[in-house]
Amino acid sequence: MSASAIVMMIVAIVIVWGGLIAAILRLRSHPQETEPMPPGVHRAE
Amino acid sequence: MTDQPREQWATRTGFLLAAIGSAVGLGNIWRFPAIAYGNGGGAFLLPYLVALLTAGIPLLIMEYSIGRKYRMSPPAALRRMSRPVEAIGWWQVVISFVIATYYAVIIAWAVRYVGFSFGQQWGDDPEAFLFADFLRAPDTPGFMDGYVPGIVWPLIAVWIVVLVILAFGVRRGIERANKLFIPLLAVLFVALVIRSLTLDGAAAGLDALFSPDWSELGNGSVWVAAYGQIFFSLSIGFGIMVTYASYLGRRADLTGSAMVAGFANSSFEILAGIGVFATLGYLATAAGVGVDEVAGAGIGLAFVAFPAVISEMPLGGLFGVLFFCSLVIAGLSSLISIVQVVVSAVQDRTGMRRMPAVFGVGGLVALVSILFFPTESGIFLLDASDHFINQYGIALASLVALVVIAWVLRQLPALQQNADATSAIRLGHWWRICLGVITPLVLGWMMVDSLRAEFEENYEGYSTGFLLSAGWSVAIGALLVGVILTLMPWPAGGEDIDLDMEAPADRKDV
Repeated sequence: MSASAIVMMIVAIVIVWGGLIAAILRLRSHPQETEPMPPGVHRAE
Repeated sequence: MTDQPREQWATRTGFLLAAIGSAVGLGNIWRFPAIAYGNGGGAFLLPYLVALLTAGIPLLIMEYSIGRKYRMSPPAALRRMSRPVEAIGWWQVVISFVIATYYAVIIAWAVRYVGFSFGQQWGDDPEAFLFADFLRAPDTPGFMDGYVPGIVWPLIAVWIVVLVILAFGVRRGIERANKLFIPLLAVLFVALVIRSLTLDGAAAGLDALFSPDWSELGNGSVWVAAYGQIFFSLSIGFGIMVTYASYLGRRADLTGSAMVAGFANSSFEILAGIGVFATLGYLATAAGVGVDEVAGAGIGLAFVAFPAVISEMPLGGLFGVLFFCSLVIAGLSSLISIVQVVVSAVQDRTGMRRMPAVFGVGGLVALVSILFFPTESGIFLLDASDHFINQYGIALASLVALVVIAWVLRQLPALQQNADATSAIRLGHWWRICLGVITPLVLGWMMVDSLRAEFEENYEGYSTGFLLSAGWSVAIGALLVGVILTLMPWPAGGEDIDLDMEAPADRKDV
């Protein structure tokens, strides 16, 4: 593989997979607010 | 009917896995690698990322907001936004109907190819095996010629699986299935990529895929290709994400979820690019030719090039099982979401319960699929329908929807406020600029581009008569049927149905 191809492969992996990890971490740091169930309905499981 | 509460995802992860399962489909595996290779290789990353951030994720956020705000599938949700716009929702539902009918057929082929992988039953000439022996395709397309039993049975099986999963509902059916499918797909595909990287010639394939040709960045068509890839691979524009988001809770995070789903889809595409090109590098090296001679996309890549590789390599049968099982799982999780659009649209407008809706409406989709596509000319019908419904269905409907929502109804600020109220990442002006200006301009350009190509020469050299009956009529028919469905008097009157079981006083549109 040429050096430029190796660099671009690494850049692609770092940006896209890094973006995924960053997005997951960001979402996890924002815990979901629980909402009240409608009257008469109970949460399953 | 009105006391039936709307279903909800059990967990945020469940919703995300379903959204990712819908986005990750056949296009990620067989379209992305060839598009990247043909449009600048490594340099394609730049327009691709720009397209993801300026069109893909903003559109995902818009569809999530519409679904979550109105908690309805596209026709009913858009009707609540503005009555006449319901037509766009039905147009998208009919597009989903059409796509589901032929998408299932490709999954059925992949099911058969899992079996063919044992003993490499395609022999020395996978292309002749596919078209002559397996599909029994004639040289020129006919209409409703004989059925091919080898496709009919797996197709029926695919439909039974899909309808049974949908019958279990959003939480126990779709969510549970995706909680199984997505990790399984990841394991199978990672195993496949690792195996492909250990093949002789893998480096040559990766070199071909990732070597950047920076001069291509000045070429407008490369940018259109990047937006097209993002657009078609994210399952946006035909109602899926509106439908899935309608089962979210009122406090669910939208922008953070859209970022995760968007990047997860692209992560899988990069992985697929590596796996596919490492494998093609092996095939080229074994045949003593350049990678450019074996690089392909779509049906040719999956059902001709890959079988050729499988025959060449040691333990090829196992590799074939991994590859075709990946196609089946990626396809199934997408097909489930496409059919759910149709089922839930009818449920929301009629108040019909899940079981009759799944087996009545979903059953109708299955019936059309089984009647029209497992025929000898089915491959041609599939090819033409796919091309025309993509270009003049999905892309055109999205362009119309964006122009109407952003410019006619001026709903973007309200949707932004709705998303911002509960989300980890706040939207700025950039979101409205992306959706109001950049994406419509690019979609408009794509439309002009493809129309010009259509009139320059017939798609794939098919006869004009065939293209009119199997291509144009499908795309134009989707719009017409959408309008007719809007004008139909629905039994329960539409907007009066409240599946939320909330007292009016508790209801607030955030």
